[in-house]
This record gives sequence, C-alpha cells and structure tokens, in this order.
Amino acid sequence: MFTPDRWLGTAFCFIVCTSAATGTWAGEGPSLGVELSVDEVAAVDITVMPDGEGLPAGSGNAKAGTSVYVANCMACHGEKGVGGVNDTLVGGHGTLTSDRPQKTIGSYWPYATTLFDYVRRAMPYQTPGSLENNELYAVTAYLLHLNGIIEEDKILNAETLPEIEMPNRDNFVWAYSP
Amino acid sequence: MTDQDFEMTPAAGNGLMERRGFLRAGLAGGIAMLVAAPATADRPAWTKTPGTAMNGYGSPSRFETDVQRVGIGSLPGTVGTGASRTPLEQLSGTITPSGLHFERHHNGIPDIDPDRHQLIIHGLVERPLSFSLETLARYPMTSRIQFLECSGNSGALLAPTPAKRTCSQLHGLIAASEWTGVPLGVLLDEAGVKPEARWLVAEGADAAMMSRSVPLSKAFDDALIALYQNGERIRPSNGYPMRLFLPGWEGNMSVKWLHRIKVTSTPAMTKDETSKYSDLQPDGTAKLFTFPMGVKSVITNPSGGLHMSKPGLYQITGLAWSGAGRINRVEVSADGGKSWATAALEEPVLTKNLTRFRTAWRWNGAPATLMSRAVDEHGSQQPTRDSLIAERSRGFFYHYNAIQAWRITRSGEVENVYA
Ligand code: HEC
Repeated sequence: MFTPDRWLGTAFCFIVCTSAATGTWAGEGPSLGVELSVDEVAAVDITVMPDGEGLPAGSGNAKAGTSVYVANCMACHGEKGVGGVNDTLVGGHGTLTSDRPQKTIGSYWPYATTLFDYVRRAMPYQTPGSLENNELYAVTAYLLHLNGIIEEDKILNAETLPEIEMPNRDNFVWAYSP
Repeated sequence: MTDQDFEMTPAAGNGLMERRGFLRAGLAGGIAMLVAAPATADRPAWTKTPGTAMNGYGSPSRFETDVQRVGIGSLPGTVGTGASRTPLEQLSGTITPSGLHFERHHNGIPDIDPDRHQLIIHGLVERPLSFSLETLARYPMTSRIQFLECSGNSGALLAPTPAKRTCSQLHGLIAASEWTGVPLGVLLDEAGVKPEARWLVAEGADAAMMSRSVPLSKAFDDALIALYQNGERIRPSNGYPMRLFLPGWEGNMSVKWLHRIKVTSTPAMTKDETSKYSDLQPDGTAKLFTFPMGVKSVITNPSGGLHMSKPGLYQITGLAWSGAGRINRVEVSADGGKSWATAALEEPVLTKNLTRFRTAWRWNGAPATLMSRAVDEHGSQQPTRDSLIAERSRGFFYHYNAIQAWRITRSGEVENVYA
C-alpha cells in the first residue's frame, strides 16, 4: 500500500544510497501504461545526444545555410548573428574571464549537437518545427562557420556534426555526478 | 492603551524584541480595538441588504484587484519569453495562490487539450510506455507542500548599485504550492529502467519544447508528475495538464507541460543546461548541473517600496527556504548586521518549503537597516552579498542567495541597500 511513510522511506534511502534506486517503486502502480512500438517512439523522439544519437538523416553546409538564416532567423538575431533584437549568436571569444563575459554559441557552448537540437525544437521562434532536416543542418553549419569553428563548405550530417570540437568544451566541469 | 504599556524584552539591538512579548502586545491591541468600537454606530451598508449569490468559481474581493503578479517582462519582440513574479510583500502564510505563482516561460503558455495529451516514457527502458491523463488518475498519488524557485531569482542584486525595487521585483521568482501527483519512480519502474541508465531527459509540450536532463536518482527520490496545484488541476501557466516537479532544485528543471521522458545514460546537454543554467567561474570554467537551490531568506515586510507610517511596534516577517531540507533558524537584525535576534518560525516547518518567520520590532523613528539570515538543517548558512560575489565570477547570475538588507529612512521609506 502506498503511504506517506513509504515516501519518507524513499527519501531516507536517497541520503544513504548513492545510486538511483531503480525498482524501489515496482508494483506500486496499476500498470496501465500502453506499450509503444519502435516507430511510435521514433515519431516523437527529437532528443539529440552529444555523441550524435538521435540526429536524423539529411545534410547541409554553411553556404546553403546562409539563405536559410536570412529568411528565417536574421530578423531577430541580426545580420550574421550579431546586432539583432534577440540573442547574439556569434562572437564573444576570449571574454569569459573578463568583466563582461559574452556567452555565445562560439564562445561558450560545449557541444555542436546542442545547436541542432535546440533549433529543431524551438526555432524559428514564430514557427518552431517548420524547417526541414537539410535546412537544420545547413543553418547549424552557417552559425558554426560564422563562429570560426568550421569551413564554409564543410558538410554537416549525423556523422560529422558530433565530431566537431567546440572551442570552450573542456572548460565545463560537472557539479553533479550521478 | 498603547503598546508602550507592555513590557517587552529586547532580543537584539535597535528595538528587536522577544517574540513572546510581541504576541502579548498583539493580543492586547485587539482588545483595545474592541473597546474602542462605538456600540451605537449605524450598521454598515453591507449588513442592511442581502449579499450576492453563490457562484461556480470564486475570485478575490474587488478591493484586492491590485494584488497582481509583478515585474512582467518578455524578451524584445515576444510576449511569452520572460517572467512574472509572485507579489511576496502582499501575501502572508506560505502557500502561494495558484494565480499568483511566478511564471518563467520560453515561448508562451500552450493551450493543451488534456484528452490529446500523453506522457511518454522511453529510451533505456524495457517497455516504452504512454500514459493518458485518465490512466494517471488511477495511480497512487501523493501531495507535497514545497517551494519552486527559478535559479535566476534575485539576480538583479548583482547590479553594482542597488536597484530601488520591491521585494517581489527582486525576489519574486519563488512560490510554494501543494503539488499533488504520481511519484515518477512508479512510472519508471513500470517501464523497467535498464541498469546502464543514469539520467532522464524531460521535454515539455510548449512551443520551445523545453528540455532538461535530470539525474535518475532524483527521479526515484522525490520527483512527482504533478497534476494538481493547491487542490485544483495545475493552471496552464504552471504546466497544465502535468509538469515535472523536482523539490528543491532549480525551477527550470521542473519541466512544465511535460509530455516526454527519455531515459539515458548521459545528459543530453540541452541548450538550457549548457548555454543558460550553467555557472561561469572567475577562471573561465563553468559549472554544469548546479541543481539544488541554496539556503535563503528575505524579509517581506517591511520591504522595498513600502512605507512605515510612524515609530512604534511593528512585526517583521519574511520567508526562508532551502533546497536541501528544512529551515533550522532565521535571525533578524535591525542594526545592519551588528546584532541578531532569533525569529519565530511558523509551523509546520517542512522540507524544501517556504517557512514563515516573524519577530517583533519597536522602530524608534531613526534610520535602520533590517536583514535576515537563514540556516538550514544541514548547517548551511545564507552568505553575505560580499562573500557570495567574492567566490563567484563577475558574470555569475544564477543561484544568488545572499542576505538582503532593507534600509528604513527617517521618513519611513523602505529601500533596497547593500549592507
Ligand atoms: C521572431 C524572432 C526570432 C526568430 C525569427 C528566430 N529566433 Fe532564435 N531566438 C529568439 C528568442 C526570443 C530567443 C530566446 C529564447 C529563450 O530565451 O528562451 C532565441 C534564441 C535562440 C538561440 C539560443 C541562443 C543562446 O545563446 O542561448 C539560438 C541558437 C537561436 N535562437 C537560433 C535561431 C535560428 C537558427 C533561427 C532561424 C532558424 C532563429 N533563431 C529564429 C527569437 C527568434
């Protein structure tokens, strides 16, 4: 039976146990979840992992990304990612230890995969989810190129995107270890 | 009869009183008012005519319409990417009315049809599962009265000069509610988490599809799939029809409008956990995953923008909380931190919840600086502003939990100061 004491017991376990208490709750519920097929999961899973897991088929380079950016992003993020009304997407290199650190994709972000993941889920702001995979790869390439991280003709796809080493990657330390 | 007639024991410098003394004086004040009320007065108008009818959903008195969320601001060109703040100094007790709970959204509030909303759990599990709202209603639920705080709360106090702002403008990204829902562990165990799993990635069904990685240990500890807030279905602005609720951890992780949980072995390094909610250090390195909210307190009355009418006996009250557990002690100073008195904590003092503190203060009419500082059950102490800034980088923003000082001028104005 599920009781508040049961709750407290688990909270206590968290303090003394170091790893996830998998199985602690087994049998507590009526097991009414509906099992999903591989395809049903694939249709909704848009998470992209730093190792590239979850990246879709398709490709694009910065050249192709220029027009995607101008048509879909520039109005808010400015020409070449600078001077727009919303976040600056380019520059700030070497500012992190200064009085006015400027955190951009190029100066701060640790993983290139994050850019693809975020733009796919949240941008363009007024019409999220409207870009094709090729356009997403292309605009990702364009922003990485503007930040001096890849060449203009470098083709990004599910294999090459996770290989990119972001300049600030090694400056991140985990404050939490699982 | 005035409060001067009551003997009160000083508890610290500049007029802070023993809390028992305050209670006595308060009681006597009530008696004095009763005696003063004229017995033969004409009846007030509202006692001479029938009141209005019942209605389906009540609202506050028409005289309370100025109690609103404050500091509503959105990024340029947007209406739904920003924040609104809980009007802390206009509220009492510890529970925040749902309609006044602060907001922090990234692309507006979605209008979700509950019949078409599903929670999907997949990834490193034996069985990927989908749950409708109707199914979740059959699951064991539990209620937890706990706070939710945005880790950007109070960040405005990093400005080099103190902004002349109110308590809620400065600290209003905090609220407490009774959250009711299904412990996430129950659903994860039903899906069967694989041994190599360490994290989950939660995703919301808003236009930003907000996404955060959460350690599995937290999910199995005290995480809730919250369906109700303060007894009713969660409001759209707080995640209708369901949200993740992670007690004590930075608010952004308690993903609203939750519709998908992917169990993984590593974090996804989403935009919000890398680009945004990470903490830059003075040497240029940055901390990822600074999840728990620190120990903190703030005096809500008197506070910035309020006015003290004349010298005399006042109650100092405020809120204290810690993402690590219960509040153990709150001290209040009326002389800018030279001396401190222990404040009374109102029961119940719950883990990872707001705790209301109160203390009595006789203001002598001279300028004074009020401060509060909290200690939690693990002995963690609220830092001073100077010490907090010294250990962080200039660019630091999140997890500001330093001691707040309010200056009372000779004319009774209350303002934010650094002391
Ligand atoms: C209508 C204005 C608008 C348009 C058009 C737009 N964005 Fe954005 N973008 C925003 C806003 C507003 C934010 C901040 C969102 C937040 O804080 O949650 C943002 C944030 C971002 C960020 C995160 C920046 C950071 O440093 O954290 C990236 C990257 C981004 N946009 C890329 C794009 C791309 C690529 C496009 C075009 C495909 C695009 N945006 C189109 C308004 C826009």
